[in-house]
Amino acid sequence: MSPHLRKRLVVVGHGMVGHRFVQAAVERGLSETYDIVVLGAESRAAYDRVALTSFFEVGADALSLLPSGDYEDPRVTLRLGTNVAELDVASRTVSLDDGETIGYDELVLATGSAPFVPPVPGHDLEGAFVYRTIEDLEAIRDAAARASTGVVIGGGLLGLEAANALRQLGLDTHVVEMNPRLMSAQVDEAGGRILGRHVEKLGLTIHTGVATERIEGEEHVTGITFAGGETVPLDVVVFSAGVRPRDQLARQAGLAVAERGGVAVDDQLRTSDPHVWAIGECAAHQGRMYGLVAPGYTMAEIAVDALLEGAGTFTGADMSTKLKLLGVDVASFGDAHGTTEGSIDLVFSDAVAGVYKKLVISDDGRHLLGGVLVGDASAYGTLRAMVSSRIELPKNPEELILPASSGAPGVTLPAEAVVCSCNTVTKDDIEGAVEGGCESAACVTTCTTAGSTCGSCKPQVKKIVEDYFASQGKVVDRSLCEHFAMTRAELFDVVLVHGYRTFDEIVEAHGRGRGCDVCRPVVASVLASQLNGHVLAPDRRVLQDTNDAFLANIQRNGTYSVVPRIPGGEITPEKLIVIGEVARDFGLYTKITGGQRIDLFGARTEQLPAIWKRLVDAGFESGHAYGKALRTVKSCVGSSWCRFGVQDSVAMAIALELRYRGLRSPHKLKGGVSGCARECAEARGKDFGVIATEKGWNLYVGGNGGAVPAHAQLLAGDLDDNELVRMIDRFLMYYIRTADRLQRTSTWIDSLEGGLDRVREVVVDDALGLGTELEEAMARHVDTYVDEWKATIEDPEKLRRFVSFVNAPDTPDPNISFGSTRDQIVPEASTGPVSLGPVSLGTSIPVGRP
Amino acid sequence: MQRLVAICRLDDIDREGGVTALVDGEVVAVFRTYADDVFALDNFDPFGQASVLSRGIVGTRGDRDVVASPLHKQVFDLRTGLCLDDESVRVAVHPVVVRDGVVHVEAATASAP
Ligand code: SRM
Ligand SMILES: Cc1cc2nc3c(=O)[nH]c(=O)nc-3n(C[C@H](O)[C@H](O)[C@H](O)COP(=O)(O)OP(=O)(O)OC[C@H]3O[C@@H](n4cnc5c(N)ncnc54)[C@H](O)[C@@H]3O)c2cc1C
Ligand code: SF4
Ligand code: FES
Repeated sequence: MSPHLRKRLVVVGHGMVGHRFVQAAVERGLSETYDIVVLGAESRAAYDRVALTSFFEVGADALSLLPSGDYEDPRVTLRLGTNVAELDVASRTVSLDDGETIGYDELVLATGSAPFVPPVPGHDLEGAFVYRTIEDLEAIRDAAARASTGVVIGGGLLGLEAANALRQLGLDTHVVEMNPRLMSAQVDEAGGRILGRHVEKLGLTIHTGVATERIEGEEHVTGITFAGGETVPLDVVVFSAGVRPRDQLARQAGLAVAERGGVAVDDQLRTSDPHVWAIGECAAHQGRMYGLVAPGYTMAEIAVDALLEGAGTFTGADMSTKLKLLGVDVASFGDAHGTTEGSIDLVFSDAVAGVYKKLVISDDGRHLLGGVLVGDASAYGTLRAMVSSRIELPKNPEELILPASSGAPGVTLPAEAVVCSCNTVTKDDIEGAVEGGCESAACVTTCTTAGSTCGSCKPQVKKIVEDYFASQGKVVDRSLCEHFAMTRAELFDVVLVHGYRTFDEIVEAHGRGRGCDVCRPVVASVLASQLNGHVLAPDRRVLQDTNDAFLANIQRNGTYSVVPRIPGGEITPEKLIVIGEVARDFGLYTKITGGQRIDLFGARTEQLPAIWKRLVDAGFESGHAYGKALRTVKSCVGSSWCRFGVQDSVAMAIALELRYRGLRSPHKLKGGVSGCARECAEARGKDFGVIATEKGWNLYVGGNGGAVPAHAQLLAGDLDDNELVRMIDRFLMYYIRTADRLQRTSTWIDSLEGGLDRVREVVVDDALGLGTELEEAMARHVDTYVDEWKATIEDPEKLRRFVSFVNAPDTPDPNISFGSTRDQIVPEASTGPVSLGPVSLGTSIPVGRP
Repeated sequence: MQRLVAICRLDDIDREGGVTALVDGEVVAVFRTYADDVFALDNFDPFGQASVLSRGIVGTRGDRDVVASPLHKQVFDLRTGLCLDDESVRVAVHPVVVRDGVVHVEAATASAP
C-alpha cells in the first residue's frame, strides 16, 4: 500500500487515558490503517496520576506508564511538550503553539481536566500551587523545604491526599473546606464527622464550613484569611477545589459541550463532529464527567472499538470508590447519599472506634441501593455486588453492617453478580475457575483477573472460593501433609519459638508418624533458613530431596547434573577452560543454561566428589541449582561497557549473588540487575529485580517466569547501594518466614491480604517493627555461609553416600548407559532393570565385623 | 537358588535412609527405618524407568513404612513393594536378615506375597 493511502489519527493529550487509547489501538490493529500521532503538552510521557502522591517516595521514573519513552510500533509518533492551541474541524487540522498545523482524518481529544482555582484575591501569588502533575509536586516539594506551615483549600479526596503529602513533607498542615464536612462527594455528614476525627488525630487542623476570603501576601503568600475575618499565617497554599474538564479546544471549535463542562459525547464517544472523539476526564457522557480513571479506560477501549466499526457502547460507569486515606478506610458505593425517592437509611456508628457505616435501602426494604463505610470497609466487596446485582436483602439487613461481620452472613450473591468491577468478573466466573481446578483465591486472580487491578474485591473473591469448597463439603485443608496439620509458615514459627534443631523433636511435639517426601524437605528447609547448618549433617541428610542429598540435580536416567556458581554470569577465561576440561575428562554433556551459567550433565553418583574436587580447587562453589535456594542473579553488562548503562549492574549482581548464595527458601529464588531502563537482564521477570536509575536503583519484587509468568512490581525507588541491600534482606526474610511450601514470591504476594501494599508496609515502612529482626536474620545467614561442596569433599563422613554401591563403591550402575547426539552424550532409554550378572566384589567390603 | 549376601553393616545405612547394593549382580535398594527394621526392594523405579529408589525419602504413610521415588514421588510400601499411589504396580522385595550387626540380603528375587 502506498504510504499516502494510510490515514492519520491524531490524539491530543498523553495522560492516562490517551496512553490507554494508543495501547488499545495498537493491540487491536488500528495502526494497520492509521498513522497515529500523539500530541502531549506535558514534557513527560503518560504516568500514573492516580499514584501521583507516591512520587515523593519512588520518583518520576517509577510512575511512568511508558518507561522507554516511546511506543514500539513505528506507526505511532509521540510528540511531548507539544500543546495544541487550536482545532479546526472544517479543514480537519489542529495547530500547535508555534503555528505548525497537522491534518487528521480522525481526532481523539484526551485532554483530561485541570484543577479549579477559585478566583480569590492572592490566588496567583508565589507559594500557591495546584496538585495535578509531577511538576506541581516538584514545585511543592521545593517550596516545602523552606516552609513550616501549609494549607490545602478543599477537603475532598484529592485535598486530603495533598494534605497528607504536606504533612509528610514536614509542614504543619491545615485543610479548609467550604462544605460542612470532608469528602462531601463521597460520604454523608456523620461519616464526614468520623473521618474528620481520624484526620485530626494525625495532627492536621481541619476548618469545615469556612469560605476563603483572601490569600495574604505581597509577592509570596504569607497567610489566609477566612470569611469570618480570622487569619492563619502560612507559607504554602495548595488549591484542590475540584477539577474542570479541559474542553477549550472543543468550545472554540464550536463542538457541543455539556452544561457543567466537558465535551459532549454519544454512547460511542463521538462528539458533535463525526470525526472528533473525546475520552477520559475531558468528555461528558449524558452531561456527566467522570473524575476516575476506570471509566476513562473503558471509554478508550470503546472509542477504539468504534473506530474499528465495532458495536461497543458506553453506558455510564460505577462511581463506587474505596480507598485508604491517611490510613483510614473510606468507601462509598451506589446511591451513597440516598437521593432515590423514599429510600431509607440504616446506620451503624461507633464514634469511639471511629467506625461509621450507612446503608441506603429501597422504600420497600427489599433492595440495597448504596452506602457509605468509614473506618471499616471490609464489607465493601459484598455490598457493592449486592447493589449491582439487585439481590433481595436478608431479613435482618442490619446484620450486614454490625461490627465483625466481614460481609453478609446469610446473603448469597446470584451467579451473575459482578464481584470484580475493575475487570467485570462475576461470581459465576469465579466459581467456574474453582471448578476448573483453582484451589486458592490467588489462583482465581491469575485465571480470571478478578482482584488484579485495585484489589478491593479480593476478600470477596476469597470468600466465594471458601464458600464454594464448604458447599462441596470440602474444608480447605491447609495442612502440609498427613504428618503436620499446619502450614509451612506456622511450622516456621513453631520451630523458631521453640528453638528446635532436629526433625525428631519437631515431629514428636507437633506431628505424627515419621514424615514423608513433603514435610521432611520442608523441615530441612526451615532448619536451614534458621540455623544454616550443612544440609548433609547426619540428622539432616535423610530429610533432603535427592537433589539436596547429592548436591546435584537428578536426571531422567538417575545421573546428576553439576552447576558451579558463576556469580552475575561473569567468568574468566581460565575458569571457562577448567569447566571445559572437567566436562571433557568426565565425559559430561555441557549446556549453557537460561541462568547465565553452565550445566554439566550425566555425572554418576560416584563421580560427583572427584568432579567437584577439580572445580573447588579451581575456585568454584556450589551453584545450588539443586536447592530451593538462591539460584542466580542475572546481570546485564552495565555501565562498565554498555554505552547506555548508568550503574555497574555486574558488580551489583555479583554482590547480591554472593550475599544470598546458599539461602534456603520456600521455593527457588532468582534475581536480576539491569544497568538501565532498557532492562537487558530481564530483572522484572525475577523474584527480586533491580534496575539502575540515574540516582541509584529501583527495586522490583515478585517477578516469575515458569508456567504463570508475572512481572515484578516496584517496591521502592532510587535506593542507594546500602538501602537496596537492606530492602532485599528484609523482603527475602519476610518471604522465607511467611510463604507456603513451593510458593514463589509472586503467588505469595498475591496471597497476602493487601498484596504488594502489605509487603511495602512491612518491608519499606517497617509497620510491624520487624525490620531489624529480618536484617539480623539475614546477617546471620551471610556470616555463617560456607560452600556446601567444599565442606563435603573435605569430610569423609559426608562423602560416604557418594558411591554407586555400598558394597562395590566404584562399580558403575549397569542401568546407566549413554548414546550420542550432536557430538555429546545423552541418556539411553531404558527397557527395564539391567543385571550385572554375578561379579566378584573382591575382599574390600567392610562387612562381617561385629 | 537362594542365598544370603552380606551387604554392609547396619550402621552404614542412615536411620530412615537407604543405600544401593549389588546382590549377585542385581541392583537392590536397602532401607533402614526409624525402628531399625531393614527392607530391600528392587532399585529400579518402574515409573521413571531408572535405577533410583534407594535415593528416595523414607517416611511413613498411615502406619506403613514407605519410600517415595526421587524422580516422580510415587510411594512404595517397604514391606510389600506395593505402590500405594497405583496399586497395580509393585516392585520386587528381597528378604533381609540382620545378623551380628551385618545386613544380609537374599539374592534371588522373592515372588510377591
Ligand atoms: C538447566 C535449566 C534449563 C536450561 O538448560 O537452561 C533448567 C532446568 C530445570 N529447571 Fe528451570 N532451568 C533453568 C532455568 C529456568 C528459568 C530461566 C531463568 O532462571 O532465568 C526459569 C523461568 C524463571 C523462573 O524461575 O521464574 C525456569 C523455570 C522452572 C520452573 C518453573 C518455576 C515456576 O515458578 O513456575 C521449574 C519447576 C519448579 O521449580 O517447580 C523448573 C525446574 C527445573 C528443573 C530443576 C526440573 C527438575 O526438577 O529436574 C530442571 C533441572 C535442572 C538441572 O540442572 O538438571 N524451572 N527454569 C536452567 C538452569 C538455570 C540455572 O543456571 O540455574
Ligand atoms: C492526586 C490525584 C489522585 C487521584 N486519585 C485517583 C484515584 O484514586 N482513583 C481514580 O480513579 N482516579 C484518581 N485520580 C484521577 C485520575 O488521575 C484521572 O481520572 C485520570 O488521570 C484521567 O486521565 P485523562 O487521560 O483523562 O487525563 P490526564 O491524565 O489529566 O491527561 C490529560 C493530558 O492531556 C494533556 N493536555 C491537555 N490539554 C492539551 C492540549 N491542548 N494539547 C496537548 N496536550 C494537552 C495534559 O497535559 C495531560 O497530560 C487522581 C488524580 C490526582 C491528580
Ligand atoms: S540494561 Fe541498559 S546498561 Fe544493561 S546492557 Fe541493556 S542497555 Fe546496557
Ligand atoms: S474490583 Fe478492582 S480489582 Fe476487582
